[in-house]
Amino acid sequence: MVGVILVLSLLVFLWLRSLPGGTVSALLGERATPERRAALERALGLNEPIYVQYWEFLKRALHGKFGSSTGVQPGTDAFQIFLTRFPATIELAAFAIIVAVALGIPLGYLAARRRASLFDNVSIVGSLIGVAVPVFFLAFLLKYWFAIKLHWLPVSGRQDPDLDATRVTGFFVLDGLLTREWDSAWDAFKHLILPGFALATIPFAVVFRITRASVLEVLDEDFVRTAESKGLTNRVIRGRHVLRNALLPVVTTIGLQTGGLLVGAVLTERVFSYAGLGEALAIAFERRDYAVLQVCILMAAMTFVVVNLLVDIAYAVIDPRVRTR
Amino acid sequence: MSNPLSPNRKKQRIDDLARSAGHGPVSGEPGAAVGTIADAGHVEDTAGVSLIVSAWRRLRRNPVFLLGLAITLAFVLLAIFSPLIAPHDPSARLLIDKVRPQSNPIPGPEPGFPLGADNAGRDIFSRLIVGSRQTLIVGIMATLFGFVGGLTLGTLAGALGGWVDALVMRIVDVMLSIPSLLLAFSIAAIAAQPSQWTVIIAIAVVQVPIFARLLRGSMLAQRASDHVLAARALGVKPSAIIFRHMLPNSLSPVIVQATLVVASAIIDAAALSFLGLGNPDDRQPEWGQMLGAAQQYIYDNPALAIWPAVCIIVVALGFTLMGESLREALDPKSRR
Repeated sequence: MVGVILVLSLLVFLWLRSLPGGTVSALLGERATPERRAALERALGLNEPIYVQYWEFLKRALHGKFGSSTGVQPGTDAFQIFLTRFPATIELAAFAIIVAVALGIPLGYLAARRRASLFDNVSIVGSLIGVAVPVFFLAFLLKYWFAIKLHWLPVSGRQDPDLDATRVTGFFVLDGLLTREWDSAWDAFKHLILPGFALATIPFAVVFRITRASVLEVLDEDFVRTAESKGLTNRVIRGRHVLRNALLPVVTTIGLQTGGLLVGAVLTERVFSYAGLGEALAIAFERRDYAVLQVCILMAAMTFVVVNLLVDIAYAVIDPRVRTR
Repeated sequence: MSNPLSPNRKKQRIDDLARSAGHGPVSGEPGAAVGTIADAGHVEDTAGVSLIVSAWRRLRRNPVFLLGLAITLAFVLLAIFSPLIAPHDPSARLLIDKVRPQSNPIPGPEPGFPLGADNAGRDIFSRLIVGSRQTLIVGIMATLFGFVGGLTLGTLAGALGGWVDALVMRIVDVMLSIPSLLLAFSIAAIAAQPSQWTVIIAIAVVQVPIFARLLRGSMLAQRASDHVLAARALGVKPSAIIFRHMLPNSLSPVIVQATLVVASAIIDAAALSFLGLGNPDDRQPEWGQMLGAAQQYIYDNPALAIWPAVCIIVVALGFTLMGESLREALDPKSRR
């Protein structure tokens, strides 16, 4: 894992160097004066050999010094932008995963139990369509219909700015609950619903299909037949034999979805102007804000690597067969 | 942390695919490593028909596959003959007189213009029809480049083994550890001047590690199989073994994946356009670019976004249905 992160940092470093205009333009923007460019080139040691430059880049990265933002919040430290926005994206992604799992597992289970029924076929086609819809278009539709036409839910943002909520953790719903400002928690929750559902479609479709396939596979197993022939009640067979075994692959799928969620967050947060990591990335791509881009890409990839490691560990904990191997 | 390859599950999933869609029967042992792939070579077909023939026999009767095939064929035909079908020139500003930038930037339907015109007064219906061609080009070219890149890397790794295999797979693993579209966004952002080709390359690069891993998995299975052993014993040249015996037999999971990649390439191109990383030149319409450009006017007239989106969804669904049923048909486990 350390190796992967090191190579990642090397990739981001090379990526920065291959940008049009190179690192200096990336940090100062296109309109910098030649004197400022020369000064920064010396300050960054761009006349040094490339391996020295990479070492310096690593040192700066470890200290969180990625330079100032030029486009997202001009003048603010890029790492600071990442720190304030990261909890927002975690909050949104957690909501989306909860929605995807809460809908995907029961529906997948039902579809498998009633294999080839109308319900099964409709939900399979639905999940295929869910994957085929561009995420940002779905986000637009939800926003247009539920926020702009029907006024049921807020159009954009994370919370009503008039609420003057107390900040504790950076997770707005949690903040509201901790400080017992119920109205601000509820308001933050309402802001999560539309982007959360838009973000949840693809993980939902994937969780649904994996659950269905895996329940079908487990239903065929000998131990389920044995349990039936022993005369166990259906409830015990379903809960203890079928579901528990069928959910193992689902756990790994959820870990795999974090990458997709990060990408989906770039698109949905942009549509809903939700001030998270994704929106920062989207604006940074639009305005070529390379300071924000490098820190966000590096951290997003690291999050993905860490989550996958956690999933691997979780898998070993819940599946004894993995441990013995 | 002895294992530097963290997103193990993603890799495992790809490897499972390589095995499940591979040629010949696969031992049922879940998660079994390279060793069990060893017996993937010999084909136990009672009727003596080839995998492709028996797959086709099942596909012919599969309505899901036929639907996907019909959509895909219609899309390809439309793309080929689009200039003949389109009623108007897609880049002519025919309805520019009707465009009111303040009050009504998107003119509604008019006689002869069933879907109205866009903000530049161009006929949406004609743009949709003509746009199918660029959309097909983006989807096919991105898939093709990713396929060729993955084919090269995967063949190198799977055929040669040893340190080549280790090196190639390390590179592939790092690429897989970056969320795929994020990688595509970053690659597209390198381009000083975004164009159709930067979009295609950005999407293709992301597919390379997936194809490479898939192909390596099935190449390894082939390498350990009996027919390769027999060929080696007969003194067939190593290059002939690789290209004539191993490669053709390892392609089926890769082809399934390629079908699915066309769908995601078309969707990803739309996402790139949405973020301003797509092709800015709109004289040659493309659905993803039309959808990305329509976001500005979505509150004036959502139809401008809905039509290209519907086209994308239908075509992506067509390729997905075809790919998924192909995978099922080529899966030896389902051959009963």
